[in-house]
Amino acid sequence: MGKSLFQKVWDSHRVGTLADGRTQLFIGTHLIHEVTSPQAFGMLRDLGLKVKFPQRTFATIDHIVPTENQDQPADPLAAEMIDAIRKNCDDFGITYFDLKSGKQGIVHVVGPEQGITQPGTTIACGDSHTATHGAFGAIAFGIGTSQVRDVLATQTIALQEMKVRRIEVNGNLRPGVYAKDVILHIIRLLGANGGIGFAYEYAGDVFDRMSMEERMTVCNMSIEGGARCGYVNPDAKTIAYLQGRPYVDNTNFEATATRWLSFASDADAHFDDIVKIAAEDIEPTVTWGISPDAGIAITENIPDPLTATTPEQKASIEEALAYMKLPAGMPIQGIKIDVAFLGSCTNGRISDFREVAKYIKGHKVAANVKAIAVPGSQIVAIQCEQEGIPEIFRAAGFEWRAAGCSMCLAMNPDKLIGDQLCASSSNRNFKGRQGSPTGRTILMSPVMVAAAAIKGEITDARELFDLTPASAVA
Amino acid sequence: MALDPVKQVSGTGVFIPGADIDTDRIIPARFMKCVTFDGLGEFAFYDVRFDSETGAKTNHPLNDERFKDASILIAGVNFGCGSSREHAPQSLRKYGFNAVIAESFAEIFYGNSTTLAMPCVMAKADDIAALRAAVESNPTTEITVDVEALRVRTSSGLDFAVKMPESAREALVSGRWDPIQELLDNEAAISDRAKALHYV
Ligand code: SF4
Repeated sequence: MGKSLFQKVWDSHRVGTLADGRTQLFIGTHLIHEVTSPQAFGMLRDLGLKVKFPQRTFATIDHIVPTENQDQPADPLAAEMIDAIRKNCDDFGITYFDLKSGKQGIVHVVGPEQGITQPGTTIACGDSHTATHGAFGAIAFGIGTSQVRDVLATQTIALQEMKVRRIEVNGNLRPGVYAKDVILHIIRLLGANGGIGFAYEYAGDVFDRMSMEERMTVCNMSIEGGARCGYVNPDAKTIAYLQGRPYVDNTNFEATATRWLSFASDADAHFDDIVKIAAEDIEPTVTWGISPDAGIAITENIPDPLTATTPEQKASIEEALAYMKLPAGMPIQGIKIDVAFLGSCTNGRISDFREVAKYIKGHKVAANVKAIAVPGSQIVAIQCEQEGIPEIFRAAGFEWRAAGCSMCLAMNPDKLIGDQLCASSSNRNFKGRQGSPTGRTILMSPVMVAAAAIKGEITDARELFDLTPASAVA
Repeated sequence: MALDPVKQVSGTGVFIPGADIDTDRIIPARFMKCVTFDGLGEFAFYDVRFDSETGAKTNHPLNDERFKDASILIAGVNFGCGSSREHAPQSLRKYGFNAVIAESFAEIFYGNSTTLAMPCVMAKADDIAALRAAVESNPTTEITVDVEALRVRTSSGLDFAVKMPESAREALVSGRWDPIQELLDNEAAISDRAKALHYV
């Protein structure tokens, strides 16, 4: 029996078995950001320890960076956190992509961009969306701050081996259906906790055809389905994306590429579970509740607690609808929005802005809607500028911002106010996620966000933008 | 590093209703602007404990005088889902919780809690309901989470089995809940592994 990519990577990074039965796993690449690292450096100093592999540790700032004027954090706590990461990187000799580097951005955008993210490696970061890097065939997962300390000190962590679930999506996605819809659909089917204890392997011809950026969108939201990591097997697209990037060994590239490809799951690999999904069943998907698995097709109605099959389900629908202030049993289309947010590590890459730019020309954001577009990194921002994308967004009535996490979790000044409803390309719709304790979030693909911004309400982008088979991209 | 074994945790409990209580709810992101974890306790569940407009206390169980000394948190399914922020278990720990009993937990939260010596045990829905009824009818009900035997007992006479991954149980009862010393001890094996990896 062959091995899955997960098993190959796990086995090649296993240092040993700890007394409690867990594996001591070597972390090839450690990514850090300003929010979850300062406390870990504090613990490290308290213990009198050093960073074991500073050359395998990479830092950037993203969560609290203001997106209007990047280097002017309005509040002193944010400034203190930025100072802390700068000092920690200086003290311990860690590469730091700061605001002046031209490479700063959301940590999950920066890693791939720089070619730091590579197939067959293990990647850890004190951030639950680290699975994004799995798009390259890496085993990448979020860790807590104590584990950030462990990685800094030893380049290893104690971890329970995961099971592997292969999720196959075969067939053709319909026009107007994007990678975001695929993952929202998967989470809807398997549940927000369906992936606990699993690594997800995304396979099948839909993923084969996806660009690297689309694969990142899918892997990014693995944690929303409960899976700590998710990956796509490396292939020719992975290799082509990485070739020439700064942190790739470009002198010996062919050998490197061959080694990378060898990590792909064997044809006869064992999987603990296999789920098959037909691409044709996936519709543009939006959330209606306060958990990412509360998804429905844009053409469906908001659930009604009366149709719940268990008391728990009824209570949870009621709780969600009370918070979201949405009418039970009514169509989700036509629900008025206040804010449209385009960005985040899920959908803040060049392809996302290019795709939206194609459709918003000649349209205007509705008068009562605040729409902001936030590139995921300074490099994405520069690419957009070179292609004239910011002008297109501004002409349509979007605010065009500088790189950062922005309104994904609103640790910077970009926040919802009161119970504003936001159409968002980010990954979480939890209560209060976007900065206001009563703020409301509806997750969807970037093109659907743009459509909602223009109509001022949740709407089917396929109709607004006439996404016929001929005009749509896969 | 000698750590205290965590074999049993006792105290009074408080039930926090709702499924999928995420770490944003446990500690809203704006309180993550900190360079140490000290002082996070007062912000646990902040946005559901205080009205966002008036700042007045809500009827959240943590605001209920009867539960003010509770040190065991009781919850439903998928507790601690969402963001990996260790700020969440840290804030619960600093608030004064020493154990969590729930139907199920999110994985990252679980690991983070174990590393802070805060055992999280999984109980059946019926047992959680009975426990809830017990603490709500008598908030002084003493609850013991027996990590060693994987049982929960109460002064009101409940006694039921709970689950916990063996690795976590073993780590707690043997005082190895913080793995850093053991990780450091394997220095030689770490170097060997690093040498064997092409990219390191
Ligand atoms: S964009 Fe959102 S999900 Fe991604 S790292 Fe930033 S805060 Fe986290």
